[in-house]
Amino acid sequence: MGVDIAFWILAVVGVGAALAVVSLRDVFRSALSLILCFLAVAGIYITLSADFLAAVQILIYVGAISVLIILAIMLTREVRRGSPSGKLRIPAFIVAVLFFGGVAFALLNTTWQVSGAPPLEPTTPAIAELLFGEGGFILPVEIVPILLLAAILGAIVLVREK
Amino acid sequence: MSVGLEHYLILSAIIFSIGLYGALSKRNAIVILMSIELMLNAVNIAMVAFSRYIVPLALTGQVFAIFIMVVAAAEVAVGLAIIISIYRHRETIDVTKIDLLKW
Repeated sequence: MGVDIAFWILAVVGVGAALAVVSLRDVFRSALSLILCFLAVAGIYITLSADFLAAVQILIYVGAISVLIILAIMLTREVRRGSPSGKLRIPAFIVAVLFFGGVAFALLNTTWQVSGAPPLEPTTPAIAELLFGEGGFILPVEIVPILLLAAILGAIVLVREK
Repeated sequence: MSVGLEHYLILSAIIFSIGLYGALSKRNAIVILMSIELMLNAVNIAMVAFSRYIVPLALTGQVFAIFIMVVAAAEVAVGLAIIISIYRHRETIDVTKIDLLKW
């Protein structure tokens, strides 16, 4: 019961923060709303009993990505102009609503094979076993550092002063 | 009615649609990047919900969500670097004015 109440509160906060991200005119305030939305998503993970993922969400999204975004907002000095909508505002709204309608129709008319088993807790050892263990995801784990290295080098090269 | 898989999927679809609207309609490149982050988060919610309700003991969805987070972090770093680089050259990050490839 408590999980249900937590879900509804977090869902309302998350959707409200997401709406604020796309509707506020001040870019800085929409970045702060984005942080609130990330926190709400971390709470949603906790209601799904994904404890490790909630911690990672807070560390990476709330800790790192939002700082990067705020830094970029500061560096580009575009704050005073706000975030106006383009000419495609109405078509974009229609596309988004149509997309949501299609997805909602599809997933409400599917009979999901929900398993009644209780969730695994804590999840960290199981995730470690999946990532590094025999027959797990060790190849993607090995590829990830290459991607991160490429991203770091790319970012340095792009913003370097000539 | 207790909260089930459909609730999480609808929540995910709502946040994804909001992000889609923002990515299509906004003119500030940073706000577009933020909208893309919203969409990635929505997908993560759906992944974790599937992992929790369909295969509660396999956790594959959570591993997928971790990889999505890694790719999102790399994407944000490179995307913001590109935006800052464009701002240095053209003094704007309004995507309607960045039209070098337009004939």
